Amino acid sequence: MDILRVEDVNKSFGGLRALNNVNFSVEEGTVHAIIGPNGAGKSTFLNCLIGRLIPDTGSVMFGDISLTGMKPYEINQVGVSRVFQTPEIFGDLTLMENIMIPALAKRDGEFQLHAFKNVASDAEICDKAMHMLEDVGLAEKRDSIAGSLSRGDKRRLELAMCLSQDPKLLLLDEPTAGMSRADTNNTIDLLKRIGDRGITKVVIEHDMHVVFSLAEKVSVLAQGAIIAEGKPEDIKGDPRVQEAYLGGAHL
Amino acid sequence: MLGLNKKDTSLFLLVLVLVVLAPFLLNPFPENSELAQFNAGYPDLMQRFLIFGIFAIGFNILFGLTGYLSFGHAAFLGVGSYAGVWMMKLLTMNVIPAIFMSVIFAGLFSLLVGYISLRRSGIYFSILTLAFAQMSFSLAYSVLTPITNGETGLQLALDDPRILGVSQENGAIPAANLFGLAMRESYELSLGGWLFTFNAGYYLCAVVMMIAFYVAVRIFRSPFGMMLRAVKSNQQRMNFTGLNSRPYTLAAFVISGMYAGLAGGLMVAMDPLAGAERMQWTASGEVVLMTILGGAGTLIGPVLGAGFIKYFENIFSKINDNVLYGWFSALPEGVADFLVFVIHPFIGKGWHLTLGIMFMLIVIFLPGGIMEGVERIGRLFKRKSSDKDSSARASAAPAE
Amino acid sequence: MDAILLQILNGLDKGSAYALIALGLTLIFGTLGVVNFAHGALFMIGAFCAVTLSRLLSLSFVTIDETQTDFLGNPLKVETPYVEAWFGPETGAAIIDWSVPLAILFSIPIMALVGLFMERGLIKYFYKRPHADQILVTFGLAIVLQEIIKYFFGANPIPTPAPDAFAGSLDFGAMIGMDPNVIIYPYWRIVYFLFAAGIIGAVFAFLQFTTFGMVVRAGMADRQTVGLLGINIDKRFTFMFALAAVVAGLAGVMYAPINSPNYHMGMDFLVLSFVVVVVGGMGSLPGAVLAGFLLGILESFASMAQVVALLPGINQIIIYLVAIVILLTRPRGLMGRKGVMES
Repeated sequence: MDILRVEDVNKSFGGLRALNNVNFSVEEGTVHAIIGPNGAGKSTFLNCLIGRLIPDTGSVMFGDISLTGMKPYEINQVGVSRVFQTPEIFGDLTLMENIMIPALAKRDGEFQLHAFKNVASDAEICDKAMHMLEDVGLAEKRDSIAGSLSRGDKRRLELAMCLSQDPKLLLLDEPTAGMSRADTNNTIDLLKRIGDRGITKVVIEHDMHVVFSLAEKVSVLAQGAIIAEGKPEDIKGDPRVQEAYLGGAHL
Repeated sequence: MLGLNKKDTSLFLLVLVLVVLAPFLLNPFPENSELAQFNAGYPDLMQRFLIFGIFAIGFNILFGLTGYLSFGHAAFLGVGSYAGVWMMKLLTMNVIPAIFMSVIFAGLFSLLVGYISLRRSGIYFSILTLAFAQMSFSLAYSVLTPITNGETGLQLALDDPRILGVSQENGAIPAANLFGLAMRESYELSLGGWLFTFNAGYYLCAVVMMIAFYVAVRIFRSPFGMMLRAVKSNQQRMNFTGLNSRPYTLAAFVISGMYAGLAGGLMVAMDPLAGAERMQWTASGEVVLMTILGGAGTLIGPVLGAGFIKYFENIFSKINDNVLYGWFSALPEGVADFLVFVIHPFIGKGWHLTLGIMFMLIVIFLPGGIMEGVERIGRLFKRKSSDKDSSARASAAPAE
Repeated sequence: MDAILLQILNGLDKGSAYALIALGLTLIFGTLGVVNFAHGALFMIGAFCAVTLSRLLSLSFVTIDETQTDFLGNPLKVETPYVEAWFGPETGAAIIDWSVPLAILFSIPIMALVGLFMERGLIKYFYKRPHADQILVTFGLAIVLQEIIKYFFGANPIPTPAPDAFAGSLDFGAMIGMDPNVIIYPYWRIVYFLFAAGIIGAVFAFLQFTTFGMVVRAGMADRQTVGLLGINIDKRFTFMFALAAVVAGLAGVMYAPINSPNYHMGMDFLVLSFVVVVVGGMGSLPGAVLAGFLLGILESFASMAQVVALLPGINQIIIYLVAIVILLTRPRGLMGRKGVMES
């Protein structure tokens, strides 16, 4: 069954047509990669999914909920989380707090005036946060300030923040950009492990190594349109893709 | 204790002890000594410490936690004051309804202002709040004169109805009281050369301030407080995390507005009058200053900042050239003249100059305020004591 | 019709002052990215330049005139201003009379220096600090400057008259064929408006037609890129700060005859000027000027007796009200650009 169905989405910025009749669907429980050259509209596409941008036309369906026109926090509340290209974390807060906030958002909803509860004595949330930090290997740094982490650790933290919400759909925008090969492999392992939890993932990625290690299905976006779609090995050999994306060179 | 962790409990108890013993602590110099002018242990000033402390604690819940810099909080204090005086005019001289209604009215007004202003952030928010405050100030001076009594300020009168109390007592306006205990009532204790004053109004302020402080501590440690800090840290991430930041900031705004109203109500309880100048934007600037000076975002900082500013305002305003000559009487005349000449612009009416300079120095060198200073000094001492260990370790470590 | 014309004219001089201050604020904000709460103080210092010069010019020495006696029969002490002694009585008196316009020349170097010191000595260190810190430190500076002026000049307003030549009023109504004495307008206000228009025109021409101005405009649009091109932006920005200070100062000098300078006039104007900048659109120079005149005129309309009778107090709050409505409906102001002070 498709968990995400995007139909005929168009988005223009002034005269530039960033997305041109994009149709796209993701099957539940799979890892779906979107690849494409720079400026192909990958980030615009992702922004349309999470409510940062509103598509000019077309619909975005998540299960049987229409995401078009919903506010970012509402989209998150129905089960869509996103990891950003540059990590978006709460830089002034500790690692524990960074994870407790999304966990609270998941449990208590978009707004709760719990001005008299003690956050430190909320065992359920604390345990969950601790558990998540252990999962991504940041448990020892639980009381550090998130802004002081290395870039790789920030990414892992952001991933843990998203995972703490048990999302149905996880969107990852270049999760390994700027990482060393070793870190990239660690991240791939981590993402594979999450796969076991049955979270559907959409990954935007530059690194073919990552795409082919993770994805079950690949869509190729070029000049705002999906030009090819299929299993990774089929995509590799597709001449249209090589033309558009690789400039004719072979992988 | 009371749902606070160990550290917060000791902080709370410390503040409690300081506040209860303030009449002693703030009067360290004997009554007739040269230094008695540095005493701060008289009711009027001590009340101001606590009232502005409450104001700053509330402002800190907004500015310290969410980072939204409001330049219009004095308006809420003003609205609270007017509401308080009206309660005393219409209902009773008992301070409870006055204080209660101050909080309610300030809360309602801040709900309105916050609802509109919080649609914008950053400097736009600051200017919107400033615009609202200036508007209230202008209106209080002009059109709203029937309610505010314009430039004269709102005062009690002999023919006020006071339906739950009496209009007048023996031909005078009755005193503000708490179930019969007059706010201006004081007990004076003379010990040797020292004179200590224990004032009923001060202790009412103290009780209210401790409650206000306790609530602030609870808010800081609550999930709500954590969300407010999240707003300051990264509002974008917050929205993509499924949290609607608007109601959080609005709640913080209203809570801090209610604190301002509470401060206004207490001012009225201590001295039943209200004037529009309380709403002027310089008054809003003052609470910003107190919070920054003490340390925005810290629990105790704003209280310290408020006390600090009110104390020095009082002391500096009192010092004049004669006092200075008194101090420098031991020095040769020329030197004394010169020193007085140099110091003169900063004292007496020049207090605001000192305040402005102090404010700039704090923002430039110590953006975290007094609390950051304390922390830095603390770290310095720690480093000194651990210097030996680290140097030992450094020498043991092989060069890379 | 005549009433409307009168209100438009009345709004022009206040609008000119708003526009000049807002122009400087926007220059500083647009080029340096700094929110300057001390800008009103610069306006005030300008006004006090006029006061200072007029005092300097009337410095006098005392002579005893034996030929005249006062009512007690003692010889009369006569105070003669030095300028009258130096340039002869008539020229001297004229110089004193024209002290306000002369203060324009006097204030330019002073304001430029004040601006230079402010930028190099303080503002420079706040480019990378949060806007809240900039607001706070310039707020502190504004207090300091205002208190210094208060220390030297006292708290009372100091009347500073315009030259006698501009003392009267122009019967504007009679000029355009209406009944006499319907629209009368003080000459000095006309001068102020023309002066302001001249300054605004000069600033725009400078930014539009000089290479320097072009670089500054490019810097306003995208500071980083211009910096990458190897152009030393910082020096130019220092100059811009001084220029903004001069503009504010000149606005103050010429305003002195309209409103006797006092030490808190800067703060009074600052709050309104900020509102003007926000209404015009943060970072937009034409927006600042347009909003300045618009709000000045609007304020003067709101002060009409008929309007006040209908909506009491509206004259006091109209500007703030407009600001609130504009900010909520057009977040970027009338002519604001995208991406200024956002996120």
